[in-house]
Amino acid sequence: MWTHNAGNEAELAAIEAIVDAFNESQEEYTVKVQAFPQDSYNQSVVAAASSKSLPCILDIDGPNVPNWAWAGYLAPLEGIEDLVADYLPSTVGTYEDQIYSYGYYDVALTMVSRESYLNDNGIRIPTVEQPWTVDEFNAALETLKATGQFEYPADFATSFTGEWWPYAYSPLLQSFGGDLINRDDYRSADGVLNGPEAIEWATWFRSLVTNGYIPLKSGADPAADFINGKSAILYNGTWTATATRDAFDDVVFLPSIDAGNGPKIGGGSWQWGMSATCEDQEGALAYLKFAAADEWVAKVAGDTQNIPTTESAAAEVEGYGPDGENNIFRTYSEEFALVRPPTPGYPFIATTFQTAAQDILNGADPQQTLDQAVADIDANQESNNYFE
Amino acid sequence: MTPAVVAARLEPSPPRRRGPAGSRNQRTIAWLMMLPAAVLIITFLIVPIGLTFVLAFTDAKLISPRPAQFIGVDNFVRLFENGTFWASLRNTIIFTIVIVPFQSGLALGLALLVNTKMRGTNFFRTIYFLPLVTSIVVVSMLWLFMYQPNGLINSILARFGIQGPDWLGNPATALLAIILMSAWQAMGLHMVVWLAGLQTIPADLYEAADLDGASKWQQFANVTWPGLRQTRTFILITITIAAFGLFTQVNLMTQGGPLNATTTLVYQAVQTGFRQQQTGYASAISLVFFVLVLIVTLIQRYLTRDKEVR
Amino acid sequence: MTEVIAHVADRTAPAPLEHEAGRTRPPVLRRVVGMAVRIVAALVFGLPLLFMVISSFKPDTQIFADLGGIQAFLPVGALSLDNYTGVFERVPFATFLFNSILISVLTVGLGIIVNSMAAFALARLRFRGQKLALGIILATLIVPFEVMALPLLWEVNLLPNVDSLGFYQGWLDTYQVQIVPFIANAFSIFLFYQYFDSIPKELDEAATVDGAGWFRIYRSIVMPLAGPAVATVAILMFLPAWNQYLWPLMVTQSEAVRPVMVGIDYFKQLNVSWGQIMAYASIITVPILILFIAFQRSFVNSIASSGVKG
Repeated sequence: MWTHNAGNEAELAAIEAIVDAFNESQEEYTVKVQAFPQDSYNQSVVAAASSKSLPCILDIDGPNVPNWAWAGYLAPLEGIEDLVADYLPSTVGTYEDQIYSYGYYDVALTMVSRESYLNDNGIRIPTVEQPWTVDEFNAALETLKATGQFEYPADFATSFTGEWWPYAYSPLLQSFGGDLINRDDYRSADGVLNGPEAIEWATWFRSLVTNGYIPLKSGADPAADFINGKSAILYNGTWTATATRDAFDDVVFLPSIDAGNGPKIGGGSWQWGMSATCEDQEGALAYLKFAAADEWVAKVAGDTQNIPTTESAAAEVEGYGPDGENNIFRTYSEEFALVRPPTPGYPFIATTFQTAAQDILNGADPQQTLDQAVADIDANQESNNYFE
Repeated sequence: MTPAVVAARLEPSPPRRRGPAGSRNQRTIAWLMMLPAAVLIITFLIVPIGLTFVLAFTDAKLISPRPAQFIGVDNFVRLFENGTFWASLRNTIIFTIVIVPFQSGLALGLALLVNTKMRGTNFFRTIYFLPLVTSIVVVSMLWLFMYQPNGLINSILARFGIQGPDWLGNPATALLAIILMSAWQAMGLHMVVWLAGLQTIPADLYEAADLDGASKWQQFANVTWPGLRQTRTFILITITIAAFGLFTQVNLMTQGGPLNATTTLVYQAVQTGFRQQQTGYASAISLVFFVLVLIVTLIQRYLTRDKEVR
Repeated sequence: MTEVIAHVADRTAPAPLEHEAGRTRPPVLRRVVGMAVRIVAALVFGLPLLFMVISSFKPDTQIFADLGGIQAFLPVGALSLDNYTGVFERVPFATFLFNSILISVLTVGLGIIVNSMAAFALARLRFRGQKLALGIILATLIVPFEVMALPLLWEVNLLPNVDSLGFYQGWLDTYQVQIVPFIANAFSIFLFYQYFDSIPKELDEAATVDGAGWFRIYRSIVMPLAGPAVATVAILMFLPAWNQYLWPLMVTQSEAVRPVMVGIDYFKQLNVSWGQIMAYASIITVPILILFIAFQRSFVNSIASSGVKG
């Protein structure tokens, strides 16, 4: 069994606890854990898959599940439907109506700020029911900028690389009404990634930089910059909650902005699945069924301070009980989460979108850039026969 | 070692004898001695390169349930229509043209600086050499810090009243920033190579120049520079080859951006081949890369041809 | 290009190491300026590494707060070993270190034998196809590793392997996949070739008269004279072996065989701890720096004085 958790003690320990419990619960199978660093985990898996040396059980970043299922690396998890019925939809990986994976938790995107920053400047604190509109957000940034107190009023963590770009910025695009690909048939991005809504998004995104609201390229650690008072609003994942709470007692985690279609945040984090080359599929399934219990959801999500996928597990996790300080994150996931397009073409779409978004932020012409991205994505979908 | 051998070695090497190919025994021994290296080079260099050439004409994918198909020159047509490819080609060439004189010139300056008997010469030489033994991965992460808009470099510039740019975030400065840090990292090696070259220049030539009343500059132009002829060619070729292969810094620091300002051929090949899983297309990029480097090598060979005659 | 002399090979006259020593002392002004330039250069090359080591003792928020000023280089504030404790908890450092040492030493050791043998055949024996072989080897110099990585990965998957359970296919997740492809090295062959070519051929003839075979000439006459070339090749092979990053990421999965450089990835998560990255970068860099500070003197000197000692 492989996991991406090397170097992440909390999650690894939780996973090992599940494995130990499974190994003790029965005599027939023994599961062994091997941990990899996250940054290069996908490379390790692809290399192993190409040599047919995948382990039986492995974890997968949510958006990659369809690609790997299509390529035949993963086997469907038969008979697991009932066990994951209560899971947040974003934590169950499906492809062509079959379940290939499930995850214990999700993470949510949030706007981190301090109550004092907002109250002192007369800025309304947004709620789930009434999030900031784009105009309101822009006005808030203008006000914060005028104080001269911050290097930048907001920080969108643009220094992160890789999957962060589609994960963090495509939901903004979706809130404007665009998308990465047409979700009716997953064949073309034309009209959704380069339509008027997408152009509107791109123009606004770029204006954040030209108006001096966000740094074109954030510092190496945007959370540290926020804690050091360099920015007033940090657009980031729930993983920053611990550090920012330690630093400030009035930190607030606000919903993302609503650009017309409601706030959107990316859904789907790491999930567990079974390889198609596994020699003992029964054993692997037995483990995956065993490990899907609420008890383990609570354990993993609790130890990693992420959002538990089931409500019953949430009640067990500190901060997610009734009135828990983290409940807001689960609400965001429930209300706003949209999975990244479940198509085998996703890895290509993701890298293409990243390049396009970076170019737009740097001042490239939105229409031209997005047209090019659409052309690239469509060419790739076509050259793969639309993954049929 | 016997005195006779020493004496023999100090005499200038006679011109190479030209004759019939060596005896049969010599041939067998020669092939035997070459065998391990030959097997390894064929297996781990020539075969992968050959494979690249074949894959460039297919639609092979890293991940796909469908077998690869031969598609002729489609990959190349697509490539030549792609703006990123031309940007990569342009950046690779600019990077090479700028860094070769820049890095080798400064390295020569450093070598001249530490080629004197002055207190602490060894200390300085060691310091200049340090970046070279530091992994490029570590170096890239370090410079990522230093290039931040409010990072070390800009705060030092601010002391002198200069408002530094967002080095890696600005298309106008990003490639320059990569050039500077690359030169910083690799300069130590070329300093040592220059140094070794300098020390092969007989001291009596300098003494003679001194007697003739030559100025420092004249000494450099008439003694040092001609004496470094072979060193020059060597450095030119090694820096050029290293410059064409620019990848790690770009991968870790800018991912080719902003606006394709720092993308390179090798970076694009890895990006499309590994992250976008288009093995065939990436092989086409590699093939173009091979051809480019081959052309440049031939040009360099042509330019340095007369100097090779011994 | 084939005739380029690497300075290691250039040993016509035993030039004194510091040939300026015997001349008149330069004027005071020039010495002051020279020293100033050296110090500035030393700051440029040394400070980033100092920053790395200093930051490794600071908590994350302080690293960023200090970034704008001189305190980035000073051990001030809340210094602690927390980052180092964190590093040792996250990463099986002893295993990684052992693997890196094993891989580097074997690559260098085998590389010296294999490459020098091939170079010996090319430089001192005569056989048909000699020029062609040398040309092919030199042509492979221009290929950066990254563009071959994918086909090479495909290839090593097909190679036969053996372990305690018997034969199987594929080299993934082994030591040899990190060693064997890098033993034969065109650049090393080239350096040895240059050096061997400059050793007078009369030595061979004398030895042949004494009844020595070619292997004996190689082992007992030429190699003992090639100390400086061996040192140069050892260093130029050691650094890339130690700094391997992309390849081990692709071909190894278990921590039991992974080298230190891959460990960097254990710290590059979305919520990075830069303090720990600096700490890890320091512990994988500083030992090499120390090794080279100790080794550097003999490295440079061995190149420079090769004509005297032999």
